[in-house]
Amino acid sequence: MLKTLVSGDTPRSPILLAILIVILICLAFAPFLFPGVRSVDTAARICIFIVLVASYDLLLGYGGIVSFAHTMFFGLGAYGVALASTDMGRGFDALLVGSVAGAGLAALLALVIGLFSLRVRAIFFAMITLAVASAVAVLVSQLSTLTGGEDGLSFKIPRALGPAFKFMDGELFGVKANGKLLKYYLVFISCFVLFLLMLRVVNSPFGRVLQAIRENDFRAEAIGYRVVHYRVAATCLSAAIAALAGALYAVWLRYVGPDTTLSMEIMIDILLMVVIGGMGTMYGAVIGATLFVLAQNYLQNVLSLAGESVATLPLLPDLLNADRWLLWLGVLFILSVYFFPTGIVGRLRGK
Amino acid sequence: MSDPILKLDGVFTNIAQYHILQGVELTVPRGEVTMLLGRNGVGKTTTLRTIIGHWRAHQGSVTFDGQNITKLPTPAIARAGIGFVPEDMGIFADLTVEENMILAAVSGAIDDARLQWLFTVFPALETFWKKDAGTLSGGQKQMLSIARAMIEERALYLIDEPTKGLAPAIITTMARAIKELKDQGASILLVEQNFAVAKALGDTANVMDDGRVVWSGPMSELATNADLQERLMGLSMEAH
Repeated sequence: MLKTLVSGDTPRSPILLAILIVILICLAFAPFLFPGVRSVDTAARICIFIVLVASYDLLLGYGGIVSFAHTMFFGLGAYGVALASTDMGRGFDALLVGSVAGAGLAALLALVIGLFSLRVRAIFFAMITLAVASAVAVLVSQLSTLTGGEDGLSFKIPRALGPAFKFMDGELFGVKANGKLLKYYLVFISCFVLFLLMLRVVNSPFGRVLQAIRENDFRAEAIGYRVVHYRVAATCLSAAIAALAGALYAVWLRYVGPDTTLSMEIMIDILLMVVIGGMGTMYGAVIGATLFVLAQNYLQNVLSLAGESVATLPLLPDLLNADRWLLWLGVLFILSVYFFPTGIVGRLRGK
Repeated sequence: MSDPILKLDGVFTNIAQYHILQGVELTVPRGEVTMLLGRNGVGKTTTLRTIIGHWRAHQGSVTFDGQNITKLPTPAIARAGIGFVPEDMGIFADLTVEENMILAAVSGAIDDARLQWLFTVFPALETFWKKDAGTLSGGQKQMLSIARAMIEERALYLIDEPTKGLAPAIITTMARAIKELKDQGASILLVEQNFAVAKALGDTANVMDDGRVVWSGPMSELATNADLQERLMGLSMEAH
């Protein structure tokens, strides 16, 4: 039963299985295990980034296609929800219309970019995506009447997802049973389903052909597979899922802006999460996103604690200053790439 | 004689600025093993790759089973009934042997009887069925590469140097596989540098030089004529 749920793609390593179960339990019960605005916010971000990174892994790790437009697709979903909610007023219908429109537009744009550039070399596709993504980012910041420009858009989400909405007499296992809790579970369950869906895709015959194309595209053609069709289909699917992740992100934040969805910085983060977790594994996205988002949110606190504990020593307090967290994040990346060249999942599976 | 399964008419193929094929005339009769021989760099591999559509013929035509396939995309050529075993094997290393074979069965599911037959030809495949193809030895990879082309019945197989760099025992296995394929009625165009294998398998021979087929005739004639071998391929029997 469980095996069917993960489409027969088991973790194939006891340690990996244990880590994944711990992450799943922590995320599934985050509001109860770690009550607090910040920790629940971190958990929701982890869920969303797992889906976003996994959808990128579908492209990079399985299809061998390098794209720099993933944040653009992410942003299309987010802006879709924001614009629909602004125009149609708060309501689940607006969320639905916004995410479906965003995902549809993302898939359409991916189709156009793919058909134009995936016929030729993969590097050309990377360049085109970079250009289109930059153009869209500029466009979004310039069209300020529509998109709010650099300030972004704040919008209202359905009351049932807000803190004022109460159910179950207002309390559940000591946690406020309000719309915020419902919103977390909307995010969690959507992400869980999307992730299982992607596992299904990569373990389907379609996924196998993608892997074959990544390894030797000419050979796949000589067997009889239309390489361009498969690559374009993978690009569209990946774009649509990224857009859905963006829609969830917008719902969670009740805000959308260039910095939260479209920036190149997030694109680089996604790449790092895929590489650290392990390309072409799907589970790598889970581990990469979890580690990365945790580090982004808590490394500063860890450092300030560490800095205090060595306050009496020379030099060390300066190095462990909370303001140096980006430096230490960088060190962590270098170490992880050095010790886990095939990613954490690749290493755990003994490759 | 019935019309040939494959016919190349005045085929010219350029790769970048190099004129590799310069008017290849080649006929592959049905149900036979046709050898494509010649020194290194005369265009044997390019001929096979032009047939499958990896390189495009700039002039001339390729006719397969009465259909002009010169301008068809590679997947369409493959699905028309041509199996291709490239020189570099091109197995999918990250996938298992099983997955490699499933992928190769483009029409859908693997035919079990045919798979059992392949297991008798290449027992190693059954042994390593669930293993990653990348972990196989060179000879096993070559067997997988050929088996992958054989998993579905094709009218014509293009096989590029199947015995290159292999141990003698595996060469025997390869030769037997090609023989069995022929006995099933398939036509085969085989590039082979190992003259002993060529002699044992070939029905007709075509020798290439400088991007053209310079000699065609029965393999037996070439095999017994040392002068001809010397002149066409720079071979001498002492060396073999």
